[in-house]
Amino acid sequence: MAVRLKNGVVKYFKDNIGIIIALLAMCVFLIIFPTTRSTFLTQKNVFNILRQNASNLFLATGMTMVIILGGIDLSVGSVIALSGCVAAGCVVHLGMPEAVAFLIAVGIGALVGMANGLVICKTNIPPFIVTLASMNITKGIALVYTQGAPIRCMTDGFKFPGAGYVGPIPTPVILMLIIFVIAILLVNRTHFGRHIYAVGGNAQAARFSGINVSKVKFLVHTFIGVMAGIAGVVVASRLYSGQPTAGDGAEMDAIAAVVVGGTSMSGGSGRLGGTLIGVLIIGVLNNGLNLMGVDSNWQYIVKGFVILLAVYVDFIRNRKAGR
Amino acid sequence: MGEQYLLEMKGISKSFPGVKALDNVNLQLRAGEVHALLGENGAGKSTLIKVLGGIYHAEEGEIYIEGQKVDIDGVVSSRSAGVSIVHQELVLVPYMTVAENIFLGREMGSRMNIKRRQMSEEAQKLLDTYEMNIDADMLVEKLTIAQQQMVEIVKAISFNSKILVMDEPTSSISDKEVGFLFETMRTLTKKGVGIIYISHKMSELEEICDRVTVMRDGQSVGTRVVKDTKKDDLIALMVGRELTNYYTRDFQKPGEVLLKCEHISDGKMVKDASFELHKGEIIGFAGLVGAGRSETMKAVFGLTPDMKGTVYVEGQQVHIKSPIDALKYGIALVPESRKEEGLYLVQDVRYNSTIEVLGQFIKMLRVDAKKEEDITQKYIDMMATKTPSQQQIIGNLSGGNQQKVMIGRWLATDPKILVLDEPTRGVDVGAKAEIYAIMNELVKQGMSIIMISSELPEIINMSDRVYVMYDGHVTGCLDHEDVTQEKIMQLAAK
Repeated sequence: MAVRLKNGVVKYFKDNIGIIIALLAMCVFLIIFPTTRSTFLTQKNVFNILRQNASNLFLATGMTMVIILGGIDLSVGSVIALSGCVAAGCVVHLGMPEAVAFLIAVGIGALVGMANGLVICKTNIPPFIVTLASMNITKGIALVYTQGAPIRCMTDGFKFPGAGYVGPIPTPVILMLIIFVIAILLVNRTHFGRHIYAVGGNAQAARFSGINVSKVKFLVHTFIGVMAGIAGVVVASRLYSGQPTAGDGAEMDAIAAVVVGGTSMSGGSGRLGGTLIGVLIIGVLNNGLNLMGVDSNWQYIVKGFVILLAVYVDFIRNRKAGR
Repeated sequence: MGEQYLLEMKGISKSFPGVKALDNVNLQLRAGEVHALLGENGAGKSTLIKVLGGIYHAEEGEIYIEGQKVDIDGVVSSRSAGVSIVHQELVLVPYMTVAENIFLGREMGSRMNIKRRQMSEEAQKLLDTYEMNIDADMLVEKLTIAQQQMVEIVKAISFNSKILVMDEPTSSISDKEVGFLFETMRTLTKKGVGIIYISHKMSELEEICDRVTVMRDGQSVGTRVVKDTKKDDLIALMVGRELTNYYTRDFQKPGEVLLKCEHISDGKMVKDASFELHKGEIIGFAGLVGAGRSETMKAVFGLTPDMKGTVYVEGQQVHIKSPIDALKYGIALVPESRKEEGLYLVQDVRYNSTIEVLGQFIKMLRVDAKKEEDITQKYIDMMATKTPSQQQIIGNLSGGNQQKVMIGRWLATDPKILVLDEPTRGVDVGAKAEIYAIMNELVKQGMSIIMISSELPEIINMSDRVYVMYDGHVTGCLDHEDVTQEKIMQLAAK
């Protein structure tokens, strides 16, 4: 068992060596760089990075599965807005207990995911278009529901999942760990996980293999919906409010993390382990640029180039390895 | 000698990292002949053609065209030297018309003002010259595969090439269309064009080719005149040894009826197909492309929603609604087109071998990696699959080895009835013989096999009984003792 675990760890480093080096290089740079030397490697800042990127990890986890499936989900950013607003609204306007409000919010995410999955399976419209539509619809519902204004909610229970602590560790960090482990088990250790690769790799062959292709697609879209719902709760909780503009562009950060993590956009292959590093690279990059005081407008430009570079380096490495 | 060849390739060598793909290869093509290039997969045929086409550059060797030494260093110089190649994969743009495809990259008129009318007329003239019944203004996507193949050929001819290379042009077209293709080839050779023809099908060699050069392991091992050479000699040249038993088959007395299908129809291609399969026998399904053979099996396998008819397994009527049901009754189907219907190309051999039997090693969030490895290895050994490792990406294996992994995948489900749809298509001669031997071994052990094939010799030599289909109907059943090509063709083309 111990040997197997060791082999697994070695394989993990081997598979992801390119992006792990990139991540370490960024960290070393920030540890040495004068203006960030004193701030980067503090407990506060490290927790801060993890807390801020929890939502992206949830999205990117689901997004990895959707992309392995050969699809995409553009609606997750809007789901963050809607589920966050619903969570806050349920507590503030309806006086529900926070736990119930959170469940409803996650349920809303699941519903959007199911709707995406259903339309994709029944109509065969490409996922890009279906989720582009539901991105707008979901966003619209959030705006209509809140009439464009944030719903503030300051109760301790509401702050817990995004801004709270369990002992010394921020709650979102714990949530990240739990959900990521569940996702890893789901993808690597179940029939369902292998079926995702089969459907993404060759849907026609999967049909011959007796795999229920529609069911796999439906379940994966439901899963990413749930992930986006949880992300929405965490974001709203961290901001003490449900905001109809929260999650703008979050789908793009998630896709970036997935591709930086080495998952191919053409479907059929990909690694959740890589996605974790991808999320951290984007998180550390954002954090480092902030600490260095780079103007936020310039940050987009830097981020764009870093994504391009990371994917290119990985591409070259894979080509050399003959894959 | 002193004979001037149309094309002479002398001492061509080409290496890739770790392999010598071509080693001192010689090839001589005369004007007006069809010259076959024969060899197993990986023998170097495609590499040689790519050297001629300017895609690869040979390290050693010289190429002479009509006695003149030519230096081919790219696709353009190859083309201007008079060489045209029809590749195995179709490379037409589906959303453009036939004419636009033929003149792609050398449109008539000026850069800003393309003369569509003129192009279309010119293309039509070409098509009519070779009596191809194709409209130059049709979109390519509306054409059948065979018609697309014809357009490829017309496109190649339209460069006024002296040398035409065809890489397995008949792998996806029906017999009737093959007839048209051969007509066109004869017209061309009469005009003095030399054709290099790559094919795995021996019967085609006899019909259309004048001479044949055999390649093995990157070397040219001999050139023969086709009509003076026996098929067995050619096979021996290709594989480097005598294949004493090309078809291995020990006929035995079949057991009781295992599978009985009555009046199968799918509302489309299959109209009324009935047949039965006994324990321990191989039945063949012959017929023309489009006769509904594959569709019949898909219907039985639960892949057709509108399937009608009754199916009995071991005397019990069963309702098979999906491949999962079929597997439950011990029926496995290895589909016709590996790439589209079978393989997960980006995944490795292990994943591809075990996808049907996940339940044997994934239980309660635990993956028994050792068991997974053992299952994979068992079928690699049984099928004698050649792969560097279990982690080899399957897309990198040869067609024959891919097919072996596919058959192994379905054998892992421990079926009673194995349906093989075109099991040796695109598979080289050596691997074919191995697949036949394995089929023979399996039926000896009590399995029953249904084989659909368009290669009559393999159907005739391997089957206890041959069912023939035409237009969705089973038109007859021939016993092993009295089956002949003629009898099959009579039933297949009523």
